[in-house]
Amino acid sequence: MLTIACPHCGPRAQAEFVYERTVDSVVPLDAEPAEAVAALFTRANPRGEDDEIWRHTHGCGGWLVMRRHRVTHAISAIRAIGPETLP
Amino acid sequence: MSGVAREGATIGFTFDGTRYLARPGETLAAALLANGVRLVGRSFKYHRPRGILTAGVEEPNALVTVGRGGRTEPNTRATDLFVYEGLEARSQNRWPGLAFDLGAVFGLASKALPAGFYYKTFFGHARTWLKYEAVIRRAAGLGPAPTEADPDHFSQRALFADVAVIGGGRAGLLAAREALRAGKRVVLIEQDAVLGGGLLRDPREIDGQGSAGWIATVEAELRSGGARILTRTTATGHWDDNMLCLAQKLVEPGQVPGHGFAQRMWHLRAGEVVYATGLIERPIPFANNDRPGVMLSRAVRTYIRRFGVVPGRRVVVATTNDDAYETARALRDAGAEVVAVLDTRPAPAGADSGFAVLNDSVPQAAKGGRRGVKGLSAVIAGAEQHFAADLIAVSGGFSPAVHLHSQAGGALDWDEGARAYKAGAARQAARTVGSAGDPPASGAFRPVGNAKASFLDFQNDVTLADIDLAWREGYRSVEHVKRYTTLGMATDQGKTSNLPALEALAHAGGMTVPEAGITTFRPPYTPVTMGAMAGAAQGEHAVPTRRPALYAVHAAKDPIWLNAGYWKRPRAYPRGSETLAQAGLREARSVRQLVGLTDVSTLAKFEVNGPDAARFLERICATTVAKLAIGRGRYTIMLREDGLVFDDGTVWRLGENRYLLTSSTSGASRMATHISYVRNHLMPEAKVSVICVQEHYAAIAVAGPKSVAVMEQLTGEAPPRHMSASQPTIAGVPVHLLAASFSGERAFEVHFDARHAAAVWQAIDDAVAAAGGCAYGLEAMELLRIEKGHLVIGPDIDGRLSADDLGMGRMLNPAGGYIGHSTLHRPAFAEPGRKQLVGLESVNGDSIPEGAMLVPHLGARAEGHVTGAVRRVLGPGHIALAHLADGRARHGQEIYARSLTRGHTTRVRVVAPHFYDPAGERYRD
Ligand SMILES: [Zn+2]
Repeated sequence: MLTIACPHCGPRAQAEFVYERTVDSVVPLDAEPAEAVAALFTRANPRGEDDEIWRHTHGCGGWLVMRRHRVTHAISAIRAIGPETLP
Repeated sequence: MSGVAREGATIGFTFDGTRYLARPGETLAAALLANGVRLVGRSFKYHRPRGILTAGVEEPNALVTVGRGGRTEPNTRATDLFVYEGLEARSQNRWPGLAFDLGAVFGLASKALPAGFYYKTFFGHARTWLKYEAVIRRAAGLGPAPTEADPDHFSQRALFADVAVIGGGRAGLLAAREALRAGKRVVLIEQDAVLGGGLLRDPREIDGQGSAGWIATVEAELRSGGARILTRTTATGHWDDNMLCLAQKLVEPGQVPGHGFAQRMWHLRAGEVVYATGLIERPIPFANNDRPGVMLSRAVRTYIRRFGVVPGRRVVVATTNDDAYETARALRDAGAEVVAVLDTRPAPAGADSGFAVLNDSVPQAAKGGRRGVKGLSAVIAGAEQHFAADLIAVSGGFSPAVHLHSQAGGALDWDEGARAYKAGAARQAARTVGSAGDPPASGAFRPVGNAKASFLDFQNDVTLADIDLAWREGYRSVEHVKRYTTLGMATDQGKTSNLPALEALAHAGGMTVPEAGITTFRPPYTPVTMGAMAGAAQGEHAVPTRRPALYAVHAAKDPIWLNAGYWKRPRAYPRGSETLAQAGLREARSVRQLVGLTDVSTLAKFEVNGPDAARFLERICATTVAKLAIGRGRYTIMLREDGLVFDDGTVWRLGENRYLLTSSTSGASRMATHISYVRNHLMPEAKVSVICVQEHYAAIAVAGPKSVAVMEQLTGEAPPRHMSASQPTIAGVPVHLLAASFSGERAFEVHFDARHAAAVWQAIDDAVAAAGGCAYGLEAMELLRIEKGHLVIGPDIDGRLSADDLGMGRMLNPAGGYIGHSTLHRPAFAEPGRKQLVGLESVNGDSIPEGAMLVPHLGARAEGHVTGAVRRVLGPGHIALAHLADGRARHGQEIYARSLTRGHTTRVRVVAPHFYDPAGERYRD
């Protein structure tokens, strides 16, 4: 089980978090049809690092994006997202 | 009393009903050997007689069932079970008895179950499997699982350490002491009952002390320094970021734990993990190498030196390495006769050992049956030679216990000298110490015995011939060979068989062992009791219980409860001797004819506020929202990004920039996540606040022709028109009064601060009762909503239908913009043959089986299924909602609702999914 450093709460067990999706599978609002279909059904699925969206569901509820290596599971970067992170 | 009288043997136990005595600290295996018991079980497929192969957790043969009733534990290794007073152990997989087993007499299984048998049978005609199934189920298997609930309690705890040392032998003790002296928090984990590891088998002087004294000294230093020492604890899995699962036996399997826990599961996070896990000795493949009396060399030594039990008097030692000579010395010191040491290596291996060493010797076949071996034949420099013996001590080399290292992502390096894989680069902060990192050298050899009787995986009865067969049939990947032959897939996970099988595969393919590949090591290292994994999450604690604010009010009425997800909800409030169906029908009729009230507090509810609230909701909802006038509401649906409907609800405009959104109970947490995702990821700049008020607002629905009068009396004002809202008070509590119906009758939902739930319910309940009505539960709600054609999330809206499939295409916001809109152009949404929502009427008045498949004629392929079925509330007959291919064009057709699981088939007519007041006239004032 990974230890994930929540930007708000610090390092916590993976069991407190829920995986949402990869960043490249986010469908923007008002996406062109082809863009939406590509995001949903033809993902990159790299054998290497990828940016993933997780939520600290059983903690603060905050959302985060983390860069995780999909073979070694090593997490190289984590940042918070949401209204509070806007300038 | 049976067995052998021994000094100090005071602990009474039984094996297959016979009573024996054991010494304190003995394993069951040691006690059985001491009492002259050699035949311990029958093998999985072939019912071959089996004895004790090892002295540790890697034991594949000596599996017994211990304990009674719900405490019964099958497949317990006799080598990993310390005898306690009253232990009841039973042999497995034998009938009628261990010594006389019919399965073995007929040899049925050996002809029926070659490698790949299951695959070939499954890929054949289904009837072939049915034919064999009964026979296989009787013949093949280990101990049966208990059918009663486990009466024991299991604990789970979290643990943190700077350094976790796995293995309490010499290397582990040194590593733990070093870490402790460096000021680290240390946990030392040992699966045995005592510390010492290999020192218990091979005592020697360390730091001027004997083994026992040195172990005690180090243990005392560790304990006094604050290190935590967990004995009888196995590190069963090593996961990401140095998380380890530790399974600790607080009592032995089958033992009654008194007042405490039976086992404890630790979840350990460690800064660094030190593997001091030692070695696992390998058997040698030769014919009948699975007979009782063939034992691993170090196991022989362990029984002699640790337990004082000499497992044979006349012994042949067969080896590929130097270590077995130490066993020969232990045997000689214990007074046994070492007939010969057969060494696969050429001279001068073993030359100065003082034993009768025969070089270039490869064991060929063991003689003897269930009573144990009588001798061994070997091919020695090309010539066959026979040796009489009652014990064959074998050593095919040593494999480091790299399981945890590999689970944690560590690389494995092939050690040609040791003919074994050892730990390579670790992926996590972990290192290997002691013999696990430095396996002793071992000679290579080719087996010469009859391949069909040369066992590799003793527990799953996989032989050299099975590996050869898999290779001849074209299996090349070691992972495929594993699954085809089931090698390494038994409860021992191939601890002793893995490497010999890789050697065999390499031979078959003319490859080196590294070229043959290696299978993945997976947790758990040793089997873990299910109860330990569940911990306290058993029975009513298995899942959370959510009680609505009105729970106590309902409980006072003693309803029939329904677990709706985690929620406890009343299903019906029976009166007198009413059944569930009778009570539900009475309650539903009360709604149709008078008035009723029901608790809908579990609905998902969201307060949406801010200047961008309407803009936000028009993303979430696939219907228009912005056009709502203040004080008005509407039915709405929500789509996933792929265009399929996943939830529905109502949206109400309570003020200029204030909305209340309700959605389904069952989809509540999913909707909360969805809304949060949209808000945080897709609309972070929006000026909107979304608050989930699911549990802050209690909600009561009041439905029926008299509901208007009831609400007027309660609020002192004219209630709002259908799909309008007002804010009166009831029992002095301000409420949102929303005129919406889920029943087909004129109805209201009252949403209010949940702290006043009981007072508001009481007021409404009194008024409803005065009007002749009653409370209704989910059973009545189901009757009412299906008759009206209202859908629920789950059965009806199951995430596979589009709005158009559900007959709601015209509700979609023509301006688009809602989530899911971008993918609605996909051609599949317009193709013929899509499932569509329809109603069904029973043709002959029969009930319609829920979940039944819909077929045009019996024997045809299913074209849909029944999602919900009820009887009509007032009139006769049965009706249902269903998904049916091209259903809307098929109104009037008669088809069959066929449920093979319920054994019920009935003829149904396809109709529109509105059975009651299709024009909605009863809503209007
Ligand atoms: Zn957090």
